[in-house]
Amino acid sequence: MSMIFGVPLAVLSGQLLIGIINGAFYALLSLGLAVIFGLLKIINFAHGAMYMLGAMVTVLMFNALGVNYWVALFMAPLLVGAFGVVIEYFLLRRIAGQDHIYSLLLTFGVALIIQGVLINWFGVSGLRYAMPDMFKGGINLGFMFMPYYRAWVIVAALLVCFGTWFVIEKTKLGAYLRAGTEDSQLMQGFGINVPLLISLTYGFGVALAAFAGVLAAPIYSVTPVMGSTTLIVVFAVVVIGGMGSIGGAIITGILMGVIEGLTKTFYPPASSAVIFLVMVLVLMFRPSGLFGKEA
Amino acid sequence: MDQSPKIADIHKSIVKEQAAQERKRLMLNAGLLLLLLAAPFAIYPVFLMKILCFALFAVAFNLLFGFTGLLSFGHAAFLAAGGYTTGYLLSNYSGLSTELGIIAGTLAATFLGLGFALLSIRRQGIYFAMVTLALAQLVFFFFVQSEFTGGEDGMHGIPRGHLLGVIDLENNLNMYYFVLAVFIGCYLLVQRIVSSPYGQVLKAIKQNEPRAVSLGYNVDRYKVLAFVISAALAGLAGSMKSVVFQLASLNDAHWHMSGEVILMTLVGGMGTLLGPVIGATFVVNIEYHLSQGPLRDWVDPILGGVFVITVLAFRSGIVGEIQKFVRKNLG
Repeated sequence: MSMIFGVPLAVLSGQLLIGIINGAFYALLSLGLAVIFGLLKIINFAHGAMYMLGAMVTVLMFNALGVNYWVALFMAPLLVGAFGVVIEYFLLRRIAGQDHIYSLLLTFGVALIIQGVLINWFGVSGLRYAMPDMFKGGINLGFMFMPYYRAWVIVAALLVCFGTWFVIEKTKLGAYLRAGTEDSQLMQGFGINVPLLISLTYGFGVALAAFAGVLAAPIYSVTPVMGSTTLIVVFAVVVIGGMGSIGGAIITGILMGVIEGLTKTFYPPASSAVIFLVMVLVLMFRPSGLFGKEA
Repeated sequence: MDQSPKIADIHKSIVKEQAAQERKRLMLNAGLLLLLLAAPFAIYPVFLMKILCFALFAVAFNLLFGFTGLLSFGHAAFLAAGGYTTGYLLSNYSGLSTELGIIAGTLAATFLGLGFALLSIRRQGIYFAMVTLALAQLVFFFFVQSEFTGGEDGMHGIPRGHLLGVIDLENNLNMYYFVLAVFIGCYLLVQRIVSSPYGQVLKAIKQNEPRAVSLGYNVDRYKVLAFVISAALAGLAGSMKSVVFQLASLNDAHWHMSGEVILMTLVGGMGTLLGPVIGATFVVNIEYHLSQGPLRDWVDPILGGVFVITVLAFRSGIVGEIQKFVRKNLG
């Protein structure tokens, strides 16, 4: 068997694949954070809870109503996104003019509530979600075994990431969004409903997290606490990428997943810390992040 | 010509008013002190010590958040660094007198704080919060992996030992008065810092950093110092906590703890001296009483609710709101 740096190729490529998949989740989650932050200047500490809600809703809809995976892929983000709009309307809007720190604290409280309530209902042990039938099995690529579902996760995450980037950076709707946050009074003068735009943007960012949650349901253990630790990693990813750029969030997310996977192969004890170490290095040599503008 | 006596009068009245306020504050503090001295005869001392440790933790955090305007989401790291260091030394070097263990724990937190500060100080606002959170998570992983912390099990049976080699701290009353003395010393220190010229510069940085820069202050240095002092006091709180409970665990390093100290400070009233003390008392009591009752599983969501309500409805906290009320109606 061929070896690379003393590690069998199959093991290495397997870890790389896991890395890319984790990276796809980091990318989706940090993209949602970047959209919400970039356009609304809100740090959404509830993002991990929303990711968890997406996965939970998927499992619960299946158990209660037999809703299948494909329906869940649309329904869960829609429901969680609507929930996000409600939170924006009733809570976040009230502190709109205040220091950004308050939005972080408020969403932190919201996350504690959501997570705590679900822990009481479902406990912390994982719920099961069966892999959809069409994704069972995989394909042998010669040097490694590629499960179909993992391939689908990568494709789906990349499509959604690219779509979001395209809409915000290249379309008229995206231009409205960017302008509305730049000078909301002027935009309102042009007859655009800025408060609605803001609610929908928050809902969309949150829906991205929920979408990641649905993708995660068949391969990760679905528990009420799945979001909280992931979120801190995603924060580190965001710091590494720099907050200014949406494209940067996507690229950094995947890159960090790969780095994590490689560390798992070559030096396992450091794998949970490596992203934070990268963050420290980036802060020392490029404080505004890899893709960030100076903040 | 007739202007100068008026100005002198105004000056006099201001001085008088300040003296009256100072008297009021002294009386309030003296009353509180008596209450604290008598408290262990009415309330279980260990519970009181828990409150004092968290109060010190919150006072330390408030120096940074309330007075300098920097939201650290990583203060749990210092609490745990202090606790683990002290716990390790006292457990492994019998005969080491307790205060040396506590000083060593405080120093460990101080250096860790310096490291955090140097990495994060140039970031502002929420970036700063995120960076400190991530750094604290790195420290958390370090504690999980290290042998000396006992990993998931934590450190148990840390001996309380003797203060200065003489006073037996196994006695709860002795322990209580020691913790109280340390707490009061730190409280007065923070009071002094805040009212010193240095403290004024910190407040200026909080209110308008660019202006402080343009006035020629080396803002970063002021902020680093504030961060280090805050980390040192947080470490001291952790050290004492590990001695009081004879236990140091990963709970102290978890980011939940960083959130909790924010909540204490916010609820009590950030940027006030007494606020964090009141807030810590409030949160520790809520957690204790809830955990005894039928709502014991609902502590987290209830704390989350307190967070949301505080941010939405009374951002100046309990002490801040009382101050506002007094100023409006009695003042």
